[in-house]
Amino acid sequence: MEFETVIGLEIHVELSTDSKMFCSCSAGFGGEPNTKTCPVCLGHPGSLPVPNRRAVNDTILLALALNCDITGCSIFHRKNYFYPDMPKNFQISQYDIPISSGGTLEIDMGEYTRTVGITRVHLEEDTGKSVHVGESGRIHGAEYSLEDFNRAGIPLAEIVSEPDLRTPDEARKFMQLLHSTIRYLEISDCKMEEGSLRCDANISVAVDGSMGTKVEIKNMNSFRAMHRALTYEEQRQRRTIRDGGEVVQETRHWDDARGTTSPLRSKEEAFDYRYFPEPDLVPLEPDEAWVRELREGLPELPGDRVRRFVSEYGLSREIAETLTGERALADYFEDAAGKGQDPVAVAKWIAGDLGALLNDAAVTIQSCPVGTGGLSELVELIDGGVISGKMAKDVLKEAFETGNSPRLIVEEKGLTQIADESELDTLVDEVIEENPGAADDMRDGKEQALKFLMGQVMKKTRGKANPKAASDIIRKRLT
Amino acid sequence: MDIINLDALAIAESIREGEISAVDATTAFLERIREVEAIVNAYINVSYEEAARRAEMIDAMLAEGRDPGPLAGVPIAVKDLLSTRGFTTTCGSRMLENFVPVYDATVVGRVGEAGMVMLGKANMDEFAMGSSTETSYFGPTRNPWNPDTVPGGSSGGSAAAVSAGEAPWALGSDTGGSIRQPAAMCGIVGMKPTYGLVSRYGLVAFASSLDQVGPMARNVGDCAALLGVIAGHDPMDSTSIPAEKVDYQGRLDGEVRGLKVGVVKEISSRGIDEGVLERFRAAVSKLEGLGMEVGEISLPSFEYALSAYYVIAPAEASSNLARFDGVRYGFRASAEGEDIWEMYDRTRSIGFGSEVKRRIILGTYVLSAGYYDAYYGQARKVRTLIVKEFERAFRTYDVLVSPTTPSVAFRLGEKVDDPLTMYLSDMCTIPVNLAGIPAISLPCGLSEGMPVGFQLMGPALGEATVLNVAYALESELGFDQRPPIGRS
Repeated sequence: MEFETVIGLEIHVELSTDSKMFCSCSAGFGGEPNTKTCPVCLGHPGSLPVPNRRAVNDTILLALALNCDITGCSIFHRKNYFYPDMPKNFQISQYDIPISSGGTLEIDMGEYTRTVGITRVHLEEDTGKSVHVGESGRIHGAEYSLEDFNRAGIPLAEIVSEPDLRTPDEARKFMQLLHSTIRYLEISDCKMEEGSLRCDANISVAVDGSMGTKVEIKNMNSFRAMHRALTYEEQRQRRTIRDGGEVVQETRHWDDARGTTSPLRSKEEAFDYRYFPEPDLVPLEPDEAWVRELREGLPELPGDRVRRFVSEYGLSREIAETLTGERALADYFEDAAGKGQDPVAVAKWIAGDLGALLNDAAVTIQSCPVGTGGLSELVELIDGGVISGKMAKDVLKEAFETGNSPRLIVEEKGLTQIADESELDTLVDEVIEENPGAADDMRDGKEQALKFLMGQVMKKTRGKANPKAASDIIRKRLT
Repeated sequence: MDIINLDALAIAESIREGEISAVDATTAFLERIREVEAIVNAYINVSYEEAARRAEMIDAMLAEGRDPGPLAGVPIAVKDLLSTRGFTTTCGSRMLENFVPVYDATVVGRVGEAGMVMLGKANMDEFAMGSSTETSYFGPTRNPWNPDTVPGGSSGGSAAAVSAGEAPWALGSDTGGSIRQPAAMCGIVGMKPTYGLVSRYGLVAFASSLDQVGPMARNVGDCAALLGVIAGHDPMDSTSIPAEKVDYQGRLDGEVRGLKVGVVKEISSRGIDEGVLERFRAAVSKLEGLGMEVGEISLPSFEYALSAYYVIAPAEASSNLARFDGVRYGFRASAEGEDIWEMYDRTRSIGFGSEVKRRIILGTYVLSAGYYDAYYGQARKVRTLIVKEFERAFRTYDVLVSPTTPSVAFRLGEKVDDPLTMYLSDMCTIPVNLAGIPAISLPCGLSEGMPVGFQLMGPALGEATVLNVAYALESELGFDQRPPIGRS
């Protein structure tokens, strides 16, 4: 039997507009429960929705970034089902005529690239948030439930992919690229932990080229969880088929702690949403000039930027992907690389040590104490042999902590490397004299002795000796 | 002065001229309410204290030379599905028996800004579903012309209040005839405006694509004036038309010579009582006498209007009424140990009356997977045909006419257990809602001692013409009879 995994994703993105989708309440995250509410988002009798222009704008922007066609006249529909976090017991969403459709997103897997179809990007409203109190933690069997409607009515862009993904790795890569693309557009925080980016997956396993049964997976709250859930489900379905069983069409819940999926509801229990056109809203008809303006204003997107970083700066794909993950980080790199130093070295320092410092201190690149000039200076000091790579790590750390320029730190601390041969000669002589045993070993050709002797030189100079120059002298003396 | 028999505009003028105070006007109507409510039951809640306080405030403003609005001190009844901040809004349902809204409907705000005083919330069929006001949880309203008969519905409370002198005018709402049909049965004037002319913000939705708030009054002049107050764009309602304000009342001149009138064949023949037809034909010849050209027009899709309406309206209603679930506000029925699904079931089983549940079930069914195309999809096509037929008719005619109802007011309990017969009483009015056009009903005489309504329809945003023809016909008919209720 030959298996092929088929994955399609459904992603929800909370747009970071000032106000909600259909009323003027704040769309900000959190706050005291039920303080960001009004008759409209609480579904009070007689209240009516009025669409948020900014949310429409941002959804069109996202659709354009995913190469979608914008629909001239799209329709809002009502999706009807009862749930206590939905004040009207229907959600205003889009159905057969969404705001956009027919896009693509290309992912680079290293050995190959894959063009993933985007079925549609549409606009809808978020629900409130429920806390089910009781052992189950779900609504079934809850002792009671608490509802917070601050989130109800926040604009949600829904992205539906074609079932073009073939592995959990591809799915993760797709999500990462989508995440950075959305961040580039500055239309959402995209925080999975706060729920501003959510992902459900449909996964099936085709056997010898014939389509498998689709299972929907919910509750994957991080890229890691998604990858684990899909890997688990892929294996579960393959095992079921191999054991002669049949995969059941159903919705399954990912349990991150147990690392398994379990049935949530079967096909028979699926809701009949009774979609029909929302009579309280008129069709959405964005004028062409608006769409054109948005299209022309699109920034360079992460996928394109990775390709350019590789070709223009000679970076590896991995490091280019790291740097382009955030628009500000990529901008920082380009600015630093433009100051004349080797871009590969600049990239390495940003992606490596600087990245770690930012991460540890939970500081964003926008408020990084080391400016692009400082970073370029650091690379210049290393390249010029003024400081060693090892010293540079400390210098960068200090620059990060104090905000002083690397050059100033090097000068003030007298950190300049000892590369002067006569000075090093004297030092090496002293070390050989103090460690006759090691010197003998070295003469006998034992390379490990070199390490020891170098250590002694470094100890004497408190690490300031130029390592290459010092080891050259030792070799010259002892071989 | 016999205040309760004055027209609304006459009351406004008397207050402006200082002949009577706002308190005098309000007091007179509140007294009339106390006198006849035991029989009529036109109101669900009367705002005795609030109305008195507001009238005093208006008098104080007038005394200080401040302007409380062009219709300062004129009392008004408001159908109980218009949201009133701080004052119970029940929609005639147990579900909202104690529901106090936190905001005013846009139209409630507008009548307030004009200086009017709300007397109370008028009775209605539950959630506007009915044609007799018998489905109200708060008991039926009785027709002031004969308390054994219904006032029509669903705005039966508003119509009866105006007819019985319990309010000079009222706000109603019309989804399939709910203003025009009770206006006809109670012998008053009622208008359903063009869809989108009057804001629906704060009108508790029955069928969103059909609902429209409108004026109900004793004569065409008052009706035009009240429409002028409530009409106009509202940014809170996406379906509201951004049209210029029109002074409808100022444009009434009765000059209708040369206008073309089309008698709608399909709704002026079959199933109409002879007495109603007689009065209708007499009124049509009055129009001829006014120099209008009368012709007959056939609108074949009308045959399907009632069927289409009873798919579209329940479909929207089933979704609109989903929010009444006992979770956030309103009635909740639950027992110890029940889960939320059981709570939903019990709340909605007990909180809604049978007509409402009938329509929710019907609407849920026609939207269900596998049935949508056969019912809802098909009904929308019929609706499009009706829109087109009207458009074509208005290329030839300035106004179309028909009886408002197939019969005069029927007896209480006569049709309440026979929904299909009840639905037929809206057969003349429903096509207008499906087409979204304006129409007015005005009294054109009595049959068997009960009022007969004459319906005038116009093209979208043709209110001024419709009102003017109604105004001319009203003068020509000279119908000035009042119901006998409360008269010794």
